[in-house]
Amino acid sequence: MDALVSKYAAEPELDIAEEDDDEVGTGLPQSVSFTLPPIDHPAKFLRAMTDDHANPSAPIKLKHGTTTLAFKFRGGVIVCTDSRATQGSWIASQTVKKVIEINPYLLGTMAGGAADCQYWLTYLGMECRLHQLRHKRLISVAAASKILANLVYSYKGMGLSMGTMLTGVGHGGVFGLYYVDSDGNRVEGNLFCVGSGATFAYGVLDRGYQWELTDEEALELGRRSILAATHRDAYSGGYINLYHIKEDGWVHHGFNDTNPIFWKQKLEKGEFQNVSTTLDA
Amino acid sequence: MASSYMLPYAQQAPPSYAHPTEASQPRQHHWSPYTENGGVILGIAGKDYVILAGDTRSSEGYNINTRTARKVFSVGSGLILGVVGMSADGEELARKVTRKIDDYKRNHDKHITVSAAAVMLSRILYQKRFFPYYCQPLLGGLDENGVGAIYTYDYVGSFEREQSRAFGSAAALITPFLDNQINLKNQFVPGSNGEQPKQAGDLPRATVEKIVKDAFTSAVERQIEVGDGLQLVTITRAPPRTEEEADDDDWTGAAISVELSPLKKD
Repeated sequence: MDALVSKYAAEPELDIAEEDDDEVGTGLPQSVSFTLPPIDHPAKFLRAMTDDHANPSAPIKLKHGTTTLAFKFRGGVIVCTDSRATQGSWIASQTVKKVIEINPYLLGTMAGGAADCQYWLTYLGMECRLHQLRHKRLISVAAASKILANLVYSYKGMGLSMGTMLTGVGHGGVFGLYYVDSDGNRVEGNLFCVGSGATFAYGVLDRGYQWELTDEEALELGRRSILAATHRDAYSGGYINLYHIKEDGWVHHGFNDTNPIFWKQKLEKGEFQNVSTTLDA
Repeated sequence: MASSYMLPYAQQAPPSYAHPTEASQPRQHHWSPYTENGGVILGIAGKDYVILAGDTRSSEGYNINTRTARKVFSVGSGLILGVVGMSADGEELARKVTRKIDDYKRNHDKHITVSAAAVMLSRILYQKRFFPYYCQPLLGGLDENGVGAIYTYDYVGSFEREQSRAFGSAAALITPFLDNQINLKNQFVPGSNGEQPKQAGDLPRATVEKIVKDAFTSAVERQIEVGDGLQLVTITRAPPRTEEEADDDDWTGAAISVELSPLKKD
């Protein structure tokens, strides 16, 4: 009898996930499982091995540093980011895509750990597609952001690092904008800046923001706010990545080098008077 | 802060009123699973080729363990993987990727594309998010259009397709050289008064090979962890030469060649 039961019973599941050798292909696993170090306090180990402000000389340096912003206005939502990734003071990349295209209606921004944001926002994309198939309609941004918030909250204390703005249009053409981070915060709002250059971006954005902005004015305000942040925050720079979300989905408005934009702004609009064009001045 | 995470609760000393002895003191167990074996890898993608190169020195501190370590591996389906950091983790990663690419071939009866393999490698790395592989990988291959592709990763799987990238202990020496010579950063068309930037174009393979060799010989001059030999792996497009090859399911259309050349050994 026991032999019969064991023959047809499911394999017992292990507590700590071993390597899943059967799982093939590029799709995301249905049940996500992670290898943990064979010690009592995995989170403490990870904290000792990966860098942060308290531990800058750790062996594993993850990519950090960012300015990202998103705001709602009359014509939809503007999303704008820089593209620099730093590991300590080393500029690891100047071409990071910090706006993650979850699907044609949803965007997520990347701040904190690049891998955490890429992985979990892609995973969220899968969940949103499943929602769409099950309910025959687009997921609302509120629901999508809550899936993400609950998900990262379940890993709280394990060392995930992400500060993301989730934004887009849900069913019925409703615009949504949520700030979600790895501490478990989930906040709705009209305007957010996230990252090391956020304060600089807020300065410009708050000065120029109003609900009744035209599309062109809103795009320019987003671009100008990131430009200010790349100028004052050493951890931000590279290219300005700009998106506009309308009722029928997002539109990309370019990935442009900050340097020519800065000089255009200065020489043609007379801004950045603080910066001299000669060495002696 | 001392790394107290090594101290399991069970091994903490019980409260004692006796004179403290050596044995009654809490013992600090050091568990450090990572070592740095040095070395550098470099990948450059062209319009119909990929070059991935690595030096062949493997060291630990000031000791050189071997002068003939390979850092670039053929992982099947016409793809190559370069790894630097801890060689044990790097080699394990290469084995795992090789096995998964083979699994893909058997399950789907076709070769995996570079873009799909890139996502797969990202998932493999992220699976160890809480106990990362201590190595930085570069994945190279020709894409569906036969164009060279280099995918670059961080330790836990964030990835990006790039034109050129150096990883390892001489990355800070080689990267600025690559920015200048491959991507033509901050170079302008002569006579344009610094107004018209030079456009990075398709460099011929022979030129890129020279740039790669220059990058390595220069790095060897200034970085103690780099040297001994250069392993230069190239993928080029190879149309089937015979009908058997054209019918062969294992034919990837990619030809991988390996060139070994000496670097300074001091």
